Amino acid sequence: MAALQAAEKAPAIAVKPEAVLLRVENAFKYFPVSGLGGLAVRAVDGVDLEIRRGETLGLVGESGCGKSTLARLITALLPVTAGKITFDGQDITKLRGRRLRRIRQKMQMIFQDPYASLDPRMTVGDILQEPLDNFGIGSVGHRRRRVQELLRLVGLNPNFTNRYPHEFSGGQRQRIGIARALALNPSFIVCDEAVSALDVSIQAQIINLLQDLQKEFQLTYLFIAHDLAVVRHLSDRIAVMYLGKVVETADRNDIYERPQHPYTKALLSSIPVPDPKVERERAPITLKGEIPSPVNPPSGCRFHTRCPIARAPGVCSEQEPALEAHGAADQVAACHFAGQA
Amino acid sequence: MGQILLQVEDLHTQFFTSRGVVRAVDGVSLHIDAGETLGVVGESGCGKTITALSVLRLVPEPGRITSGKILFRGRDVTKMDDDEIRDFRGNDVAMIFQDPMTSLNPVTKIGFQIEEAMTAHKRFSAGLAKGRVVELLKRVRVPAAETRVKDYPHQFSGGMRQRAMIAMGLANEPALLIADEPTTALDVTVQAQIIQLMKQLNRELGTAMMLITHNMALVASLCQRVVVMYAGRVVEEGPVEQIFDSPQHPYTWSLLRSVPRVDEARKDRLVSIRGLPPDLVNSPAGCKFHPRCPFVVDRCKVEEPPLAEVAPDQVARCWVLMRNARQEDVDAAKTSALSVEAAQTLKAQAKVGGVAGS
Repeated sequence: MAALQAAEKAPAIAVKPEAVLLRVENAFKYFPVSGLGGLAVRAVDGVDLEIRRGETLGLVGESGCGKSTLARLITALLPVTAGKITFDGQDITKLRGRRLRRIRQKMQMIFQDPYASLDPRMTVGDILQEPLDNFGIGSVGHRRRRVQELLRLVGLNPNFTNRYPHEFSGGQRQRIGIARALALNPSFIVCDEAVSALDVSIQAQIINLLQDLQKEFQLTYLFIAHDLAVVRHLSDRIAVMYLGKVVETADRNDIYERPQHPYTKALLSSIPVPDPKVERERAPITLKGEIPSPVNPPSGCRFHTRCPIARAPGVCSEQEPALEAHGAADQVAACHFAGQA
Repeated sequence: MGQILLQVEDLHTQFFTSRGVVRAVDGVSLHIDAGETLGVVGESGCGKTITALSVLRLVPEPGRITSGKILFRGRDVTKMDDDEIRDFRGNDVAMIFQDPMTSLNPVTKIGFQIEEAMTAHKRFSAGLAKGRVVELLKRVRVPAAETRVKDYPHQFSGGMRQRAMIAMGLANEPALLIADEPTTALDVTVQAQIIQLMKQLNRELGTAMMLITHNMALVASLCQRVVVMYAGRVVEEGPVEQIFDSPQHPYTWSLLRSVPRVDEARKDRLVSIRGLPPDLVNSPAGCKFHPRCPFVVDRCKVEEPPLAEVAPDQVARCWVLMRNARQEDVDAAKTSALSVEAAQTLKAQAKVGGVAGS
């Protein structure tokens, strides 16, 4: 746990405090591993992040980098090991009971697998009415009407309330998942790989729907995905995670045009583009090796073992870089040699 | 390019289920030249994997090839006896699958599995095969190949497993490698490594490749020619550049516009294809794509268009063709939106009902 104390704090970004809906400050989540003598998987290892009202923040990174764990901390589905998460001015890590429930009403989640995230034994009507029942919203008649409106809103036939999830296709099920997330009129929705399991044409339908709904209801999204093209399309700002840490955050165009962290640069360069002419010229930066174990992350900068510009042994293997302003306004990166890749 | 290696002619593969006959592959014709990389694209259930499995005669029950020819160097695969087909698989054509974990045997060592692929086909003597394993792993850039041959699959990462699968596929020096979604299960940086490896192997060894994928970017990156499938049929085919530049079938056009590009700033909306792919037991009359097509005309509903030449080397199965589509239809297809009216109603209701805030 020495890392807990050692971790640096991010510099404050000049954004009006009321513009920030959710702030993550130095958050940690360790999962103890039995049989490893007190060792732990450091899934989230000192993360600073802010999500502004009405924006979509994209969160990208490879499998195992801690994206989903961070999402579960933010939605208070998992307790933090240490750190502070403020939503609408309230520290949600300290909330319990009724006050936690009231916050949960404001933040909802859309999951990746539309097959696993709907109860197969409940009708669609019951699935959508459950959140309304749980929070005792409106009369019974009102709830029924609301369920039909929700279905209409996500582009499904409002008379489908008596059907079961298996009667729907993957794309339609994802619409049901979205309708459920909207039921309580949340202000913040976490989309955890919400379009990854869908076929391309269906994926486009759902992406467009998410955008329409955001505009209509002034929603704030945290959009987690490994597909950077989709993330760039949907997000206003993008945060990149590597091995439990945020290594760079910037506006969606700045991050692509002038990535400051070598990992961001490599990640972006490795995505093929659906254009043969571009592809002929594209020179991906291939990273050597694989992601190290989050049980025992590398010393100093955790990316130094795979970094094309690392000075190791040297500053990169000895000193952990802080998340500091680099590049464009509103761009931060954690690298000793930011912008030099 | 070179001579024709594989020629599939009017292939029909059907599944006989209690629901009826599923026409998974419904009259597919395609060819692959020696040394060429062909991309086969389409959404889930369009028949691309079953086409590949048919080529190897590996169609699972209750499916079978009901008609058509599969000519490999002039020999008809559908007429081969058991010995011949055994010899053909692996020696002439090898296949690698999407999920490298489920296609490797978890209880035997990687090295042994690659060796087995060679000894089973008697192409290399037992002694020679052993030595070749390390050489193959080096060829697919597995670091420390000499020691890693003794590892079990679980000791390999996802990317390394896919490399081992490719090594196994290449073990008998096949003329054609069929890769079914080879990078879908991998992270982007690992995907980039595998793409680069496949490019290099195609250049170094001259192995022809059939890449089955839903990812248009992968096709742009790896392939020379592309076949677009929809509902068990080929709807468009041509050189990669031509297809990406001027797709003529509305399905190809929509597919290309439904994916965002990482190298472009945000456009307003993605083109989404309305509705769902058809049920292959009861596919629609006329053009199979007509219920979802933004450019549909009356003829599409009754008469299926033939696969006709639309440009040199490019064929498409469409009565309209994108170059003849009316501009207002194209614009409309680009801006299909959710009913704004529905959204307004809901918002009003929410306010009245006191759901907001609470």
